[in-house]
Amino acid sequence: MNLWHQFLWVIFPYLALVTFVLGHIYRYAYDQFGWTAGSSQLMERRLLMWGVLLFHWGILFVFIGHVMGLLVPIEVYRAMGVSDHSYHLLALWAGTLFGVIALAGILLLNIRRWFISRIRTNTDTMRFLTDGLLLVVIFSGLAATVGYRIYAAQYDLPAEFEYRENIAPWFRSLFYFAPQIELMLEVPLMFQLHVLLAFLLFALWPFSSLVHVFSVPLGYLRRSYIQYRSSNPKAAISREKDRRKSRKPVGVDQGRKE
Amino acid sequence: MRVKAQVAMVMNLDKCIGCHTCSVTCKNVWTSREGTEYMWWNNVETKPGVGYPKMYEDQERWKGGWQLKNGKLELKAGGKLRKLANIFFNPDLPSIDDFYEPWTYDYETLTNAKPSEHQPVAQPISQLSGDPLDLQWGPNWDDDLAGTPETGHLDPNIRGELEESVRFEYEKVFMAYLPRICEHCLNPSCVASCPSGAMYKREEDGIVLVDQEQCRGWRYCVSGCPYKKTYFNWETGKAEKCTLCYPRIEAGQPTICSETCVGRLRYIGLVLYDADSVEEAASVPDEKELLEAQRRVFMDPNDPEVVEQARFDGIPEDWIQAAQRSPIYPLAIDWGIALPLHPEYRTMPMVWYVPPLSPVMGFVEGEGSEADPDDVFPAIDELRIPIQYLANLLSAGDEEVVRRVLKRLAAMRGYMREKNLSGAGVEEIAASVGMEPQAIEDMYRLLAIAKYEDRYVIPLAHKELAHELYEQRGSQGLDFAASRAPAANGGNAAYSCSLDFAGGPGSCASGETGAPGGSPRNEGFYAMKDELEKKARALGGKVAAPNVQFFKNKQDFESFHLKGRGPQGAGA
Ligand code: SF4
Ligand code: SF4
Ligand code: SF4
Repeated sequence: MNLWHQFLWVIFPYLALVTFVLGHIYRYAYDQFGWTAGSSQLMERRLLMWGVLLFHWGILFVFIGHVMGLLVPIEVYRAMGVSDHSYHLLALWAGTLFGVIALAGILLLNIRRWFISRIRTNTDTMRFLTDGLLLVVIFSGLAATVGYRIYAAQYDLPAEFEYRENIAPWFRSLFYFAPQIELMLEVPLMFQLHVLLAFLLFALWPFSSLVHVFSVPLGYLRRSYIQYRSSNPKAAISREKDRRKSRKPVGVDQGRKE
Repeated sequence: MRVKAQVAMVMNLDKCIGCHTCSVTCKNVWTSREGTEYMWWNNVETKPGVGYPKMYEDQERWKGGWQLKNGKLELKAGGKLRKLANIFFNPDLPSIDDFYEPWTYDYETLTNAKPSEHQPVAQPISQLSGDPLDLQWGPNWDDDLAGTPETGHLDPNIRGELEESVRFEYEKVFMAYLPRICEHCLNPSCVASCPSGAMYKREEDGIVLVDQEQCRGWRYCVSGCPYKKTYFNWETGKAEKCTLCYPRIEAGQPTICSETCVGRLRYIGLVLYDADSVEEAASVPDEKELLEAQRRVFMDPNDPEVVEQARFDGIPEDWIQAAQRSPIYPLAIDWGIALPLHPEYRTMPMVWYVPPLSPVMGFVEGEGSEADPDDVFPAIDELRIPIQYLANLLSAGDEEVVRRVLKRLAAMRGYMREKNLSGAGVEEIAASVGMEPQAIEDMYRLLAIAKYEDRYVIPLAHKELAHELYEQRGSQGLDFAASRAPAANGGNAAYSCSLDFAGGPGSCASGETGAPGGSPRNEGFYAMKDELEKKARALGGKVAAPNVQFFKNKQDFESFHLKGRGPQGAGA
């Protein structure tokens, strides 16, 4: 274990995660005006529809898959009686399916961004970077999943690479501040690459339009349709309190008097 | 009953000359920035015509506004869950080509041209991509019925019976201009559609704004507004819309579009309405009943009980008085000659229109005719095309409503002419449209000769407790200057005006540079602002609102206005 390993599996991930967290806090505090999904639907609509829908729905399930694979320890599955083989069968098929969907989507979005001139002209560097990086990360993830099988078949290795016994515990170990570097050293290159690229993406995340992920407007479901704001909120609140407490003035009924 | 005040507008369409001054002044002030080139918060469209954006009135396609679903009011584009399920891609959003692709010209070829046999030509260049553009559509492409034989049938108001007759009778055209701004609706579907809760109606004056900091760019307000009066800024990724020039309204001044209106056809004033009955009125099942229901929501500001309730609901005394002097209530209720645009969208728009008599007069005797009511009334009774068309615009297709209004307008002309010529028979004319002679004369005065003070009755905003506003800084309208650009006048960001930012409208830049043409009115305004800032500093920097006015009383306010306007003010 040399300094290089230290850097790749401890220093760099922590730098990326700290940037991710502090970056979001900073951006949220100082750049509300810049916090937007940055849609280009106004400029082009047909390709966007396909790209955006494929990508978002695909990535949503890919994300759930990652939670299942990285955050849920393998012991939990075993205790639940899910055999390693059936886990990997599901992971392979569902993962590949949604991975391909997300990949197709992000590919289309990248093509659209590069080749439609009204969009290209109005895209900033960060957007090019993150869109491109998303493509590479998704591609590398898919390549690791599928590619490893092909590789393993050629060299007579076990067909399923059990990342739940190295990558997953290493990832979790970052969060209780006892990073287990040794777990990552023997991981196949494709998986290593996928992990590192993903951390690079995390580092850029707070400074890009990806922040919109944290703005899923769930509050919409609970609020009333019409929103009022007062330029004098205190007065408005106390007025409303008075209203509720006291009775309406006598003799006033509903509607305009004829 | 809960009385609220709303700033409302009425436009008298007969007087609109289609000069687009209103659109241009609004654009100069509000939307001359990158990302907003294609936005016309005020636009003037020729009717019949496709409108801006193209066919925006076709709600089957764009799904703007509200509809009744099982007797309950629901957004036409679907409820909240449906919206969240569609959050990645808004299926009902018009693309920029439905507005138009903004362009400029390659002027350099002209200025750098060498002597040559042929004139050099400046090519149009897209302001979106910088590429050369083959112009196919632009703002007011069908102005004055240009190209209407090709595009006119796309007008969503030409439907049913009209569809056949209008197509065949284009030689006998009729035409009217329709200036449109945001309606600042009582039941705004844009606000209801915003998943982030960034849009809101101001409690005090009903102005509908987008919080630029809270907007996340989901674009549902754009598709949710049936009038397509919220726009998506493709540069900032946020929605923007007409602000009803709230900094001016707060200072007791009319909006830019009204102030500069050449036809002097706009009226601004307060209406008092019953906030508790809005939903019920917007949910009336029969579309043709909607107009009456909307009228019932307005409260008579001279009714002592209403006044008492208004006081109880915290409406300041001078606002109640302003509502009593408001030109809107008589136009919309007493005389009933102003009608809402497309009441069937159920948003309860607050910009109403006096329908134009000229399309009818055109059929009787040619434009500008002084025809007798004896000639005009039968025409109003018999003419189908312009009246049905106006009814589709202004009364959910109820022709009787439009007929009644047009007859009142025609009667007013006849009445005044008789009165000036012979003085006889005027009572009968008034009676024939069910009005008192005095009411007709009042109506005539307001429509024909009203001065500035009578057309715009706008009370000052009450910002005595302005320090409380400090907490709300940055949450209104276009107030993003403070976070983005340093204040232009070098002041503390807390004092910076919402309009002070690079390339921005600059309405609040310091006096010498900001006042167009150095008009005395504007000087007064800026002097006020300087004064205000001094006060703000003395108070320890706790005043954020750019247009807080410290008038002590009404006389103070009026003398400021009269002094400010000077001899060259409009209407003088
Ligand atoms: S007209 Fe204005 S207030 Fe009404 S729905 Fe449209 S944007 Fe909202
Ligand atoms: S009220 Fe102001 S912002 Fe709105 S259209 Fe008129 S000038 Fe433009
Ligand atoms: S400035 Fe007045 S007259 Fe001219 S187009 Fe606008 S509303 Fe009509």
